[in-house]
Amino acid sequence: MICSIGPATAVVWGISQWNRVAEHGGTTFRLPWAPGLGLTFDFRLDGFGLLMLALVSGVGLLIFGYSRWYFADGPRLGRFAAILTVFSGAMLGLIVADNLLALFVFWELTSITSYLLIGFDDDKAAARAAALQAMLITGAGGLFMLAGFVILGQAAGTYSLFEILAAPPAGGSVGVALALVLVGAVTKSAQVPFHSWLPSAMAAPTPVSAYLHSAAMVMAGVYLVARLSPAFAPHHLFWQPALITIGLGTMLLGGYRALRQTDLKLLLAHGTVSQLGFMTALVGAGVPELTFAGAALILAHGVFKAALFMVVGAIDNHRGTRDLRRLHQLSREMPGTFVVATIAVASMVGLPPTLGFLAKESAFEASLGFAPAIAGVVVVGSVITFAYSARFLWGAFSSKPDAVAPETSPGGRASEWPLLVPAGILALSTVVLGLATGVTSRLVQVAARALDSASGGELYLWHGFNVPLAMSGATILAGVLLFAARKHVETWQSRVRPALGSQQVFESSLRGLNRVADRTTGLVQTGSLPAYLGVIFLTAVLLPGWALVGNSLPLALTLDASPLQLAVAGQVAAVGLALAVIRRRFIAVLLLGAVGFGVAVLFLVWGAPDLALTQILVETLTLVIFVLVLRHLPERFEPVRWRAGNGIRALISIVVGLFVTGFALIASQERAGINATAIEYLERSVPEAGGQNVVNVILTDFRAFDTLGEIAVLCVAAMGIASLVLAGRGSEPGELPDER
Amino acid sequence: MNGDRSLIFKTSVGLIFHTAVLFAFYLLFAGHNTPGGGFIGGLVAGAAFVLRYLDSGTEGIWATLWRPGVLLGFGLSLAVVAGATGWMGGGEFLEHTAYSADLPVLGTLKVTTALFFDIGVFLVVVGLVRLVLSVLGEEAEE
Repeated sequence: MICSIGPATAVVWGISQWNRVAEHGGTTFRLPWAPGLGLTFDFRLDGFGLLMLALVSGVGLLIFGYSRWYFADGPRLGRFAAILTVFSGAMLGLIVADNLLALFVFWELTSITSYLLIGFDDDKAAARAAALQAMLITGAGGLFMLAGFVILGQAAGTYSLFEILAAPPAGGSVGVALALVLVGAVTKSAQVPFHSWLPSAMAAPTPVSAYLHSAAMVMAGVYLVARLSPAFAPHHLFWQPALITIGLGTMLLGGYRALRQTDLKLLLAHGTVSQLGFMTALVGAGVPELTFAGAALILAHGVFKAALFMVVGAIDNHRGTRDLRRLHQLSREMPGTFVVATIAVASMVGLPPTLGFLAKESAFEASLGFAPAIAGVVVVGSVITFAYSARFLWGAFSSKPDAVAPETSPGGRASEWPLLVPAGILALSTVVLGLATGVTSRLVQVAARALDSASGGELYLWHGFNVPLAMSGATILAGVLLFAARKHVETWQSRVRPALGSQQVFESSLRGLNRVADRTTGLVQTGSLPAYLGVIFLTAVLLPGWALVGNSLPLALTLDASPLQLAVAGQVAAVGLALAVIRRRFIAVLLLGAVGFGVAVLFLVWGAPDLALTQILVETLTLVIFVLVLRHLPERFEPVRWRAGNGIRALISIVVGLFVTGFALIASQERAGINATAIEYLERSVPEAGGQNVVNVILTDFRAFDTLGEIAVLCVAAMGIASLVLAGRGSEPGELPDER
Repeated sequence: MNGDRSLIFKTSVGLIFHTAVLFAFYLLFAGHNTPGGGFIGGLVAGAAFVLRYLDSGTEGIWATLWRPGVLLGFGLSLAVVAGATGWMGGGEFLEHTAYSADLPVLGTLKVTTALFFDIGVFLVVVGLVRLVLSVLGEEAEE
């Protein structure tokens, strides 16, 4: 319940910003991140952002309430709510981010949280595989998009999304950049040919599907396309045809696949793929009227699809199955759910007086004005939509004499109401928004105008007898016919199977990738320690050593050291020599420690207590850890036999020794005295950071970003060590030692 | 490992452990002006846990209040939050501010938000040392 504070705040804030957005076009907020690198978190909320915010936070709020009842048991709810909160935050960030790189970060955050949410039932292999599939496809798309963003940002000279849109850069590289960004958008919004992850993702708990896979995450791609289209579609000829083809193709394919699903949730998933295609085509054209219709459809779709997923969750919860062949006479058992589902379906197929009807009429009208051929495809898509929607309603609620005997619900709740209320609110709003055409028109207008200032339009419940109305009528008629012929459609579909599905392509490419990785690893990782060390040493000698060649050694070397320094240096050198001949591992480790302590004393003599202290502590800890590992190794080193390889090894060690000596001499020559940076640090330490210990001030203040990065690396290293050791021990992967 | 431990060692570890942890805290808090700081303090506390481990094995590591995973996560979060306070003063991320107050008995107390960042570093280092000790040590015990 506490988690719903986040989306609730966002809703309230969004409403409070309405006037500023509607009148002045937007509101901005700036948060510097690393201004030295030109990285800032710039946020900007405009009309379209507000529409998305209303969807993401409004639906999100209801989803939190729904989840509260869906996960009746405690511990799972906590974990779920935590991830879902992170997700909704990332999604909000995505739709208000102005900086392209910040947008990318939020984009990837939604991918990661979606991975965790889809694989929420982590004891099921299918859920884990589906989560991985979604992660790989959207993640790979994200990488393409990042490359596109960087090219775009370099070409425009700014990473601000709105500045780029206001003055779109031109040139050949921009076309490439847009194509790359498009890959990201298309994968995220499950467009053909990357749509396979969305139906797989139905392995997620139903609240996840109702949120991520209807109103939130899958909308990210549509959102980005909608943002970019008005600015770039007129200048790049590939943009409009590509998006319209992909979008409409997805619309038809998704609908076609939805016609034969027997799992209600999968039916909805394929339907979502279809609707996403529709939206992509509308907003991707970059034409003002289509953009307006697209914005209306985005709003309508988010509301009714979330409601329908919630209904499926309620049915699943009640009956323990989502298979429409086993559901029988549910309209009598769950009358409230039936009503809600009917309203939502009416909106999905575009029946008056729902929001879906307004959106669909507007889409018909706009596409007719744009190109009649496209309007024709849209009608065909809508007919299929009608048929699968009718199939959904029929499958879920009707009395089917041939249904398999209904099961009694395992652990189902007696009352349908707790799960019904959030869905009911959505169904109610789809009707209210459908009736209050003035308000809805205004909302969509502001959103569309934010995308394209030339955009505009009105939403009507009734605008006389005209072609769009006839198209709606024809859609309904043909849809009824297609639904009536469902038996034939199913048999035909099961006979005509595509030779190569997107799912198979994904699976085989994954197998191929694994094979390549196997072979590369086998080739590169020989498992021979001398070989690894040889490569590391040679690289160290060759690359920095090459740079040293040009430098001259200091000619006049003066020996300037106190007796103590000389003594310590002599001790370190002697221990180093002893190390080379020692045979017992334990003694060797102790001697290594002696070298380290000797160096620490040298640091101390030079007046660097922080460094010396750190060196001593690290040396101590390393010794202990060495001893822990030593128990697995033989007591003595293997006796050295004279072989051909030994010559090479000796050569490498001599070269490394020479390199290190030369490096030390030249480096000490370069760093004579205190350089300017050090002086600046020393001068600014007390007045600016209020600290006398400049080493600590550098760590926590001047270079705090580095330190933050380092402790993050420490955390990652800790996870790596734990999982490596545990995996070697044969524990279950993912089981940390403290989970007992 | 448990059978033949020397009584003298066991007793001295009992005495030294808390002193060492206290010293680690001193280094942590004094670090801004004198040698020390979160990293060094964390290492000293880590060394104290090494003693604890030598005395009673991984049992001794687990007997303490916070688990390594919690230390790591909490430390990293604390560092980020301390950095984010820079925004609240209208500054940049990781821009620290100093506050000082005159307390009746203790005298002038000066605190910078950098201290909380350093506490985060401290916790991460302690967490890492304990995690490595317990994971590798447990393996060695088997």
